[in-house]
Amino acid sequence: MSTAAHLSAHGSPAPVLELRGVTVRFGSVPALSGVSLALRAGEVVCVLGENGSGKSTMVAVLSGLQQPAEGELLVDGRPERFRSPQQARACGIATVWQDLAIAPLMSVWRNFFLGAEPTRGLWPFRRLDVGRAEEITTRAMARVGVPGLDPGQAASALKAGERQSLAIARALHFGARALVIDEPTAPMTVAQRALVLQSVVAAREAGLAVLFVTHSPQHAHLVGDRFLLLGGGRVAGDLTREDVDVHDLTRLVAGGDELSRLGDSLRAAQRDR
Amino acid sequence: MPPLHPFSAESPVSTERPAGFGPVAPVAPRSAGRRVLDRLLARPGIGALFGVLVLAVFFGLQAPGLISSGGLATVLDIAAPLGIGGVAVALLLVAGQFDLSIGVVAVGSSLVTALLVTQLGLGIWPALLVSLLAALLVGAANGLLVVTTGLPSFLVTLATFLVLQGASLAGAAAIAGSSRITGLADAPGWESALAVFGATAQLGDGRFRISLLWWLLATVLTTWLLWRTRFGNAVFASGGASRAARELGVPVARTTVLLFLGTAAAGWLIGTLTLVRLGGVQVDPALGDEIEFIVVAVIGGCLLTGGYGSTVGAALGALLYAVAREGLSLADWDPRWFQAFLGMLLLVALLVNGVVRRRLRSVPRS
Repeated sequence: MSTAAHLSAHGSPAPVLELRGVTVRFGSVPALSGVSLALRAGEVVCVLGENGSGKSTMVAVLSGLQQPAEGELLVDGRPERFRSPQQARACGIATVWQDLAIAPLMSVWRNFFLGAEPTRGLWPFRRLDVGRAEEITTRAMARVGVPGLDPGQAASALKAGERQSLAIARALHFGARALVIDEPTAPMTVAQRALVLQSVVAAREAGLAVLFVTHSPQHAHLVGDRFLLLGGGRVAGDLTREDVDVHDLTRLVAGGDELSRLGDSLRAAQRDR
Repeated sequence: MPPLHPFSAESPVSTERPAGFGPVAPVAPRSAGRRVLDRLLARPGIGALFGVLVLAVFFGLQAPGLISSGGLATVLDIAAPLGIGGVAVALLLVAGQFDLSIGVVAVGSSLVTALLVTQLGLGIWPALLVSLLAALLVGAANGLLVVTTGLPSFLVTLATFLVLQGASLAGAAAIAGSSRITGLADAPGWESALAVFGATAQLGDGRFRISLLWWLLATVLTTWLLWRTRFGNAVFASGGASRAARELGVPVARTTVLLFLGTAAAGWLIGTLTLVRLGGVQVDPALGDEIEFIVVAVIGGCLLTGGYGSTVGAALGALLYAVAREGLSLADWDPRWFQAFLGMLLLVALLVNGVVRRRLRSVPRS
């Protein structure tokens, strides 16, 4: 797996997913300003930052929910404009949303395929391929450690951990090339946190480009290859696994106002080396 | 699967990564338990079915005429237009929206048809086509206003309702000089229109109308759309979890506009059925129809909060309504009690829906 990371790091093909100078404004307030980022196959980029630092906006841009006001988004080096998350998913970019994006009153398989349902038959008789959808859902759920689930039961009947598994299984199924994971903030047990981290690692091993957004520097350091520190909508630091150990990372993230200054000094130190 | 300890004390600085997913565990089916009962209870519309049976038995004992083919024909005749509107409104309710303008669209579009025929001398079919387009225009306006402004559809369609109500009354008086327009039976195409929208069949001593078939068609079509197409999935998600729907790229706006077009088309169909049956149109300044469509859908198990409901339930709700109405009249009660009775039914339906909602941890069907 590390060879794959090396190959792509030494700049052979273009990054799977790339942001260049992306700015997003809500009204006149910039949520992201001039952010650049490259996600390569088989590499995990962790995004760290406080609340309101622009992490969720970045997730929204990458998954097609939010269109940038300036800058561009590139897939395999080609500029793309996603008009909806459906297009992003069609490109093989899947997202685990912070709120998990699950409709509680719908069945598990309907949730799994929501927005990308398999169909059969010709229009106007095109209809949902329920059998196939249920089968794929059952298999995908078993893969993330929830075997024997009735795909016809409502998502509201799932336990919190199973709901999260559903969101992850769905993203792993649709994410052929890139996975964007906004770590759920709902209270989680150790096992549930582990599931999120496992999915990051599984996606990396499968050669996907992974963006992992988290509050926790410990989690980030467990799985990350590169660490992007966000502060006030700007990139305050872009570090690799070699640059920092978990203590540095914790200090940087906890630094709050000092975040950008620390990031700068760290990068200066990096250049000196 | 090996458990993972992100906070294990030994090696917080470790460069070792945790493992990915292990081999797939064998499938162990969970016990079915009480699932069958739960599924049945949680099926939307089961309450309405129960209600229809109870009321049919109750009023059948009071007035045996209700169970005859004549009584059945009357009940189905009352239920059909209500059911057509009810299933369209049920879809809209599942998507978390309201439409108060469907009744006035029915009256307004039949008024347009009648005016085109009597004033401009158009044939029935061209006039019907124009009025259908006019109705769809109203639906599109409703839908686009709701989608673009984010205003509650209750208020948007209330505004549409008032505009159309006033315009129909004033328009009919200004153009035709009366709120009643008749004499369509001479227009070209009347015979074929009568066959499609006004045919009847005599069975025993009951005269069954073709509106019954339209009702059946509307119920089958909307049920298929809701449960077996991508559109139906989008409807459920738009109403039950609009944020999740947007995050997954479900076309919430397009779905909403299409549903408003659907209720407008249903309104047009109801208006046309009445128009052809009466051979004319009577513009009546009474609010009531639009509330009844919503009442019927709620009795049929639709949650007002969206995300859950069924069109079969709404059709059964219309049947329940009709049984109660005809039963009251056959049992020689004062028909003015009907509204109070309907209110009670609605209240019971809301309470039952509340219980169902809590039981939803073991939902219906997929």
